[in-house]
Amino acid sequence: MKLVIAIIKPFKLDEVREALTEVGVAGMTVSEVKGFGRQKGQTEIYRGAEYSTNMVPKIKVEVVCATDLAPRVVEAIQAAANTGAIGDGKIFVLDVGQAVRIRTGETDHTAL
Amino acid sequence: MKRLIAPIAAGATALLAAAPAWAQEAAAAAAPTPDKGDTAWMMISTVLVMAMIVPGLALFYGGLVRTKNMLSVLTQILAVASFAMIIWVIYGYTMAFGDGGNAFIAGFGKAFLAGVTSASTAATFSDGVVIPEYVFIAFQMTFAAITVSLVVGGLVERLKFSALMVFAAVWLTIVYFPIAHMVWAGNGLLFNWSPAALDFAGGTVVHINAGVSALVGALILGPRLGYKKEIMAPHSLTMTLIGTGLLWVGWFGFNAGSALEANGSAALAMVNTFVATAAGVLFWMLTERVLGHKGSLLGACSGAIAGLVAITPAAGNSGPFGAILLGAVAAILCAIFVVNVKPKLALDDSLDAFGIHGIGGIIGSIGTAFTMLPSLGGPGAADYALIPQLGTQVVAVLIAGGWAAVGSAIAFSIAKAVTGLRVAEEVEREGLDLGEHGERAYNY
Repeated sequence: MKLVIAIIKPFKLDEVREALTEVGVAGMTVSEVKGFGRQKGQTEIYRGAEYSTNMVPKIKVEVVCATDLAPRVVEAIQAAANTGAIGDGKIFVLDVGQAVRIRTGETDHTAL
Repeated sequence: MKRLIAPIAAGATALLAAAPAWAQEAAAAAAPTPDKGDTAWMMISTVLVMAMIVPGLALFYGGLVRTKNMLSVLTQILAVASFAMIIWVIYGYTMAFGDGGNAFIAGFGKAFLAGVTSASTAATFSDGVVIPEYVFIAFQMTFAAITVSLVVGGLVERLKFSALMVFAAVWLTIVYFPIAHMVWAGNGLLFNWSPAALDFAGGTVVHINAGVSALVGALILGPRLGYKKEIMAPHSLTMTLIGTGLLWVGWFGFNAGSALEANGSAALAMVNTFVATAAGVLFWMLTERVLGHKGSLLGACSGAIAGLVAITPAAGNSGPFGAILLGAVAAILCAIFVVNVKPKLALDDSLDAFGIHGIGGIIGSIGTAFTMLPSLGGPGAADYALIPQLGTQVVAVLIAGGWAAVGSAIAFSIAKAVTGLRVAEEVEREGLDLGEHGERAYNY
């Protein structure tokens, strides 16, 4: 099993969700996060006082899927979240050791 | 709002004492009765000004501070305005508008509103037209309450609550009441200047006074911890917009109510309060563009206040196009000061009480000399002389500004001696909501 973590632009969430549903992903976890990469943040000006907020709001999507499905999940996110502009985000893939469905006690693939 | 309280009732009493019975009847018959229309308008104006303080100013200022200090700002405005009302009826009204006294304060004969009854009347601008004295007392009470509340704008996020209350008591006594008397009372210094200082609704008494006092307070208090280093962005410009709207609505009572009658002068003040403010909104945003920024909502709200402040002394002393001019000039100059000049100064006038009320008030007060000109559509008589009036307006600005500076320095020093003035560093870091009041504005 693989854990796919994608940091994306907030307004791309719906497209990413649709793309992942098409690939066959049954569930995901989404959080609002802040961070920075090459984009470096934004400047806000209030009555002349400038604030560089060096953290940009992003969405973090986490999906656990079967190992053989992972490349297609990554591909789907990459295609759906791409605008071609700076700050489109990143995707990370990690190994997952175990999965348990709390309600039934099912494990691993059946728990996904 | 000039020529106040030449109390007809008192004159009648003097006659009564000196004359035989038949003269008593004649005097009583001659005493004018308040018009119900004037009275109704003035009562509405009074509560409109109240809406400017809570919720108007409280939300305007509250939205501009950080989340951790929201509740402290709301509390400060509510408490200090309430305190001013109580002081006003105890000895404020008599100091500003009581009988007798000199050019600087009135006598203390009306302390605790002694002698005022529901039959007492206060004079207006028109001979023989009066309003109930209680209405005049309440209307003027809201002015004292909002002026001291405005000062809070220079001091938020670091001033102790107790310090504010001590400051308010001293400041109202030695600064606000004397300046109100000098400018508006029949025997006041600037009212008797030749020509008399023009201040329709409080450019000098309210705005220059509050702005300069806030400046002095900000200097004595010092900047907030982390000023210019940490993020101090407004926590809710939505609240600030709501506050701006309530201030604008309430300001119709403030300006048009200052005619003291429901008449054409009030109508003129009303139109001017619309258009000067509208010009302020647009010209502040334009100035931001010219200075290389984006036109912002905070700028638009600030411009509205700058326009309102500037038109205050000129409300009934200007034509509508003079008002537009005044609103535009005030917005441009206040915006340049706040956006470009202030960041270079070592001054943390947190919410720009001086930058907008002080500077806007000075522009309005001096500008009133010009807006009176009949050639600008102003209500000046055909023989209106610009230069002497301009001289008076400058003198009035200097006297009010100087008096406010010295008086507020004394008031802040007393507050500092009694309370320490500023909260402890931990309290400032954690926020005044919890540190000073033990509760938060938001629980989620």
